Amino acid sequence: MAEGIYLDNNATTMVAPEVVEKMLPFFTEQFGNPSSLHQFGDKVGRAMKQARKQVQTLLGAEHDSEIIFTSCGTESDSTAILSALKAQPDRKEIITTVVEHPAVLALCEHLEKEGYTVHYLKVDKKGRLDIQAYYKLLSDNVAIVSVMWANNESGTLFPVEEMAEMARSAGVMFHTDAVQAVGKLPINLKETNIDMLSLSGHKLHAPKGIGVLYLRRGVRFRPLLRGGHQERGRRAGTENAASIVGLGRACEMALEAMDYEKSFVRAMRDRLEQGILEKVSHCFVTGDPNNRLPNTCNIAFEYIEGEAILLLLNKMGIAASSGSACTSGSLEPSHVMRAMDIPFTAAHGSVRFSLSRYNTMDEVERVIEAVPPIVEQLRKLSPYWGENGPVEEPEKVFAPTYA
Amino acid sequence: MWDYSEKVQEHFYNPRNAGAVDDANAVGDVGSLSCGDALRLTLKVDPDSETILDAGFQTFGCGSAIASSSALTEIIKGMKIDDALNVSNQEIADFLDGLPPEKMHCSVMGREALQAAVANYRGEVWKDDHEEGALVCKCFAVDEVMIEETVRANNLRTVEEVSNYTKAGGGCSSCHEGIEEILTKVLAEQGETFDPTAVAGEIKKPKSGLTNLQRMKRIEQLLDEIRPNLQRDNGDVELIEVDGRDIFVKMTGACAGCQMATTTLGGIQSHLAEGLGEFIQVLPAEELARRAAMGG
Repeated sequence: MAEGIYLDNNATTMVAPEVVEKMLPFFTEQFGNPSSLHQFGDKVGRAMKQARKQVQTLLGAEHDSEIIFTSCGTESDSTAILSALKAQPDRKEIITTVVEHPAVLALCEHLEKEGYTVHYLKVDKKGRLDIQAYYKLLSDNVAIVSVMWANNESGTLFPVEEMAEMARSAGVMFHTDAVQAVGKLPINLKETNIDMLSLSGHKLHAPKGIGVLYLRRGVRFRPLLRGGHQERGRRAGTENAASIVGLGRACEMALEAMDYEKSFVRAMRDRLEQGILEKVSHCFVTGDPNNRLPNTCNIAFEYIEGEAILLLLNKMGIAASSGSACTSGSLEPSHVMRAMDIPFTAAHGSVRFSLSRYNTMDEVERVIEAVPPIVEQLRKLSPYWGENGPVEEPEKVFAPTYA
Repeated sequence: MWDYSEKVQEHFYNPRNAGAVDDANAVGDVGSLSCGDALRLTLKVDPDSETILDAGFQTFGCGSAIASSSALTEIIKGMKIDDALNVSNQEIADFLDGLPPEKMHCSVMGREALQAAVANYRGEVWKDDHEEGALVCKCFAVDEVMIEETVRANNLRTVEEVSNYTKAGGGCSSCHEGIEEILTKVLAEQGETFDPTAVAGEIKKPKSGLTNLQRMKRIEQLLDEIRPNLQRDNGDVELIEVDGRDIFVKMTGACAGCQMATTTLGGIQSHLAEGLGEFIQVLPAEELARRAAMGG
C-alpha cells in the first residue's frame, strides 16, 4: 500500500531513509563487535559513541554515560521500575497513573501480586491528573514514581517536570515513560529532576528493537540483565550496533525537525481535526486539547464502533488506530478512554490520528473528505441512529440485554 | 490486524439485510458488556407457518460483529423459527469461513439476538444465561468465566485437568500462567492453596477416595502417629517408597536390627491399613533393594 496515508505514527513510524542509509554499513563491512580491541570492533565502537552523543543532545542530558541502550521502551520501563525496587528493598510502594502504557501497567499489576502496593493516580474527563492527590501519596515508603510524559492515545501531556521536582523534594525516585514525547517536544533533562526516562527508537523514525533508558548520574541502579560489561555493566548483552547508530541519526534529525513539529505538524493536525469536526456531527475530541502532543488528535465518533471505522478507512488506504475493544485483541475497551469516563457508545468509536513530519497537507484534506461518508455508512447500521441523527433518548430506545 | 476471511470482509463491506424490517413482529436486542458490541435483530414471522419471512439487523460493533449479523440474517431467512433456533455459533462462523477465536463472541451475540427475538415473538421474556469473561486461551477461545465455572464444578486442581475439561491451555500453552491464577483464586475461595507441583488426579477417584498425593500425605501422617511409641524405645521409622499397595519403610535407631522388628512392622501395617481404609502391605526397605536387584 505505497499510496496509503499513514496517520498511525504513535503506533510506529517509518524509518527515515537517512537512518537506513546510516545503518546499512553496520550489517556488512562494519560487523565488528564494539567490545573488540581490533580495528573491526573499534570503528563500531566509535560510531556508537557518536550515537550516544546524539541521543544525549536530543534529551539534554548532562553526561553521555547517562544514556543506556536497551532493546525497546518496554525494557527501559521494566528496568527502571525493577531497579528502584531492588535498590531500595525497604520501600514497597509505587506511584503511577491509570492511563499508563501496558509496559508499566501490566508490570505494576504483577508487582501487586508479589506484595507491592501500587497507587494509581486517576484522571479527570480531560485526562488530567490531580496533583494534590499525588503530593499526598509521596512518602518514604515509595520506591519510585512512574508517570508517562505524553499519553499515547489522547496525546495529553502530564506535568512530569513539576511532578519530578515534588518527588525529589520528598526523596523519591522519578521515572517517566517518554516514548511519545521524545522527538515531538523539546526536552532538556539536565534542567529537570527526572531520574530516569524511557524512549523507544521506532517512535521517532529509527527502527524497532532499540530503546534507551536515561539514568541520571548518581541514581542508585540495579541492572535487569547481568552478564557483561556492555553499557558499563548496566545492560549486559552485545549491543545492537546498527540500530544504535540508526537511533543516533534519528535523534539528530528529530532535533533539527523540532520547530517543524511544533509548527507545521501541529497545523496539519489542527486542520484535520477542525475539518472532521465541521463535517461530522456527534463527535468530539478526547483528552485535553490545549495541552497535548502536536501530532495527535483523538476523535470519538458516537454510536459507531472503532474497528469498523478503521476497516473502512483502511479500504481507502488510510491508516489510523482506535481505542475500541475490538482492535486491541483483549476485548477490553481502551483503559485510557474508560479512565476519562467517556460513555461507552463514544469510547468504542474513538479514532486516533497521529501524524508525522512525513505527512502532507494534501493527505490531510483527503482524510477530511473520506471520513464523513464512512461515519454515515456505519451509523446507518447502528441501532442507536435514526433517520438523520441519533434516536431520541438512545439509552431507552435501544437497551439491549447484556451478557 | 485481525485475520478476517474474505467472506467476513465481504459481509462487512456489503452487509445483507442491514436496517430494521418495516413490519417486524419480533425484535431482539442483545449486547456483550465486555466488548461493548450490541445488536438489534428484527424479524417478520408468518404466524401460520412460523416461517421467518424477512430479517434485518442493526449493529453497534466491530467488523466481525457486522459480518456475523449479516450472515445470521442470511442463514435464517426462510427458516421455521424452531429450526432457526438450532443454528449454532459454529454454523454462523462456518458460513463466514471462520472467525478469529477472539471474535467468536460476535457470533454468539447473533445467536442470542435470535433467541431474544423469538422470545419476543412468543411473548416470553428472554433471559441470558451466558456470562462472558476475558479470553484466556486463544487457541481454543476459552474465557475466564468458563474456566472458573468448570474448576468449581469439577473440583479441578491442576492446569492439566483444566485442559482436559475445557481444552484451555491445551494448545500453545502460553496461557498457563493465566490458568494458574484462576486456579489460585478459585481454590482460595474453597480455603485451599494451589499447588503447582500437584499431579493431575485420575478423573475417577481412587478406591480409597484419595488422590495419590493425598494418600501419600495420609501415610506420612499415620506414621507420625506411631512414631512417639517407637521413639520411646529409642527407635524410629522412615518412609522410603510407596508402590501401589506395597509401602516400604526403614526402621532406624534401636528398631534397626531389633528382634521385634517383624512384629513392629505388623503393628505399623495394621495401623496404616486401618487409617487408609484399604488393604496394604508394609515391607522393610531391604525388600525394595532386593526387588530392585532382581530386576523386578
